[in-house]
Amino acid sequence: MGSASSVLTQYDIEEVQEHCNNLFSQQEIVSLYQRFCQLDRNSKGFISTDEFLSVPEFAMNPLSQRLLKMVDALNFKDFVAFLSAFSTKASIQQKIELIFKVYDTDGNGKVSFDDILQVLRDLSGSFMSDEQREKVLIQVLEEAGYTRDSCLMLDDFIKVFGSVGPNMEVEVPVD
Amino acid sequence: MGGWPSCFGLREEGKLWRSKSKSGDSNRKPPKKQSKPRRNGVQFAEEDDGDGIGDGEALEMATTGTLKPSSSELDLDRPNIEDYLPSGSSIQQEPHGKLRLLGFTPNGFAFPQPRFARYFADLDRGRRRHCRRLVHAMLQVESAGALELEYILVSVVVFRSCVSLSHFVSFESCLEANAILGIGWVIFLSSYIPVHFLLKGHEKLRKKLERFLVELICSFFVASWTGVVKYHGPRPSMRPNQVFVANHTSMIDFIILEQMTAFSVIMQKHAGWVGLLQSTILESVGCIWFNRTESKDREIVARKLREHVQGADNPLLIFPEGTCVNNHYTVMFKKGAFELGCSVCPVAIKYNKIFVDAFWNSRKQSFTKHLLQLMTSWAVVCDVWYLEPQNLKPGETPIEFAERVREIISARAGLKKVPWDGYLKHSRPSPKHRERKQQSFAESVLRRLEEK
Repeated sequence: MGSASSVLTQYDIEEVQEHCNNLFSQQEIVSLYQRFCQLDRNSKGFISTDEFLSVPEFAMNPLSQRLLKMVDALNFKDFVAFLSAFSTKASIQQKIELIFKVYDTDGNGKVSFDDILQVLRDLSGSFMSDEQREKVLIQVLEEAGYTRDSCLMLDDFIKVFGSVGPNMEVEVPVD
Repeated sequence: MGGWPSCFGLREEGKLWRSKSKSGDSNRKPPKKQSKPRRNGVQFAEEDDGDGIGDGEALEMATTGTLKPSSSELDLDRPNIEDYLPSGSSIQQEPHGKLRLLGFTPNGFAFPQPRFARYFADLDRGRRRHCRRLVHAMLQVESAGALELEYILVSVVVFRSCVSLSHFVSFESCLEANAILGIGWVIFLSSYIPVHFLLKGHEKLRKKLERFLVELICSFFVASWTGVVKYHGPRPSMRPNQVFVANHTSMIDFIILEQMTAFSVIMQKHAGWVGLLQSTILESVGCIWFNRTESKDREIVARKLREHVQGADNPLLIFPEGTCVNNHYTVMFKKGAFELGCSVCPVAIKYNKIFVDAFWNSRKQSFTKHLLQLMTSWAVVCDVWYLEPQNLKPGETPIEFAERVREIISARAGLKKVPWDGYLKHSRPSPKHRERKQQSFAESVLRRLEEK
């Protein structure tokens, strides 16, 4: 972190804060920036795939490849915007939106049976056969009141999660 | 900067150093009821009773029960300036004048000098242990004594901050540090080489002398960094069937601990001059080598460890984290040290960050650069706590035992525990971690499917 451009000014912090809709406090943004600079070893301005994988928790996550596609080559401002779904102040809808994006493999705004199947493949690896996966999925969809051919939209996801919402909160350590 | 000549001049004993009066010392625990008059507040010298253990310290710990960390100790990252300044009345002369402190601060603040000839004469007379402790005492400070030294150091810092010749100053301090180290090496080599070769027949004496010399050279290393080390707790005793474990921040951990007791260590063989040092000098204290990259290495090393522990050699010092950590956290302890079937004595080390950041990031700088950086810093200030030996409880697995000891060390040194494997610093997590997660997910899903 030696170059002059790695110093955050107050303007920068406020700009980033505005971009993430005030979901992180200024101190949290400073902490996130320190971590960003630690990961971005050659000060390129973004974190490469390899550098993300150097975080052990990330590398062990079965969904790492999917997440990587979403965060690859993001600059700091966009990175914070991506992470804002994990903030304690984020609404349930924002969190579900992120999950929807993870499931929407082909990015067409709809989550089809195949999309979910692919995610399930990542999650279960070699420990389930394809038939088992399909069986599970069909059952899950039926329980929720859908069929194999239905395409889920964001509202469907919100309905399924209900009022509880996913447990997706992370505390940013502040010195 | 004028300090050079006065460093080497002999000054009258006791002129610069005075001990605190009893009344002014509010931070200390109540002094132990000993008849020795030295126990007035601050004590500089160790007992001269020839038993090799800092009795006073140990007894004090025993009587005050479990170590309750004071609030200043818990908040270790904040500078404890209160600790550094003497409270209350003026400092008085240390009556017995046993200890001289060797402190070379970068601007040549000179403290009364040891009389080397006298200490080496003691050696000849066979009172080696006494001599060794006096030499230790001169190079490091007992618990409260560090306060005075740190007080001086703080005033040095203030003084130095008025002098903004940072380049010149750090060059000079490096020069002085190297000078100390150079002298240390000269003394060490001129004693070690004859001892090593001439006393080939008298194994026991040779080993004893070599151990002493290793401790001496480590003390010189510490002095060259202007090291101020506070040792707490009973000094390690040379008994069989025990192993010492400590948290690891830097290579200097080993040197700081070694200057007090000639441990054997288990280390990774390094390249370059460090490797040379390792193979020649550390052999005399009996070291075990391992190679992180070899996978078969583990069984061989485990066997060597067990053999060493059962012998009555120097006690073994192991850093179970397996790698250097930044002194704010502890990572998972490897269980190797805990399944040897002997008692485990934890040692906690905590560096004071205001003076220097002792963490050696081996991926960022080489060891030589790291050492030079330490030499040109103000001082290396750290606390070392020797904690109560622990044994495997019935029904406890070695991994649980390791975690329990980690908890003890982290609590004492004020470090946070993280559930990470230190070796991840060097390599990516193997795919089996991910597979384990996938497996547990798949199993839970299939189980639910069965239930339907």
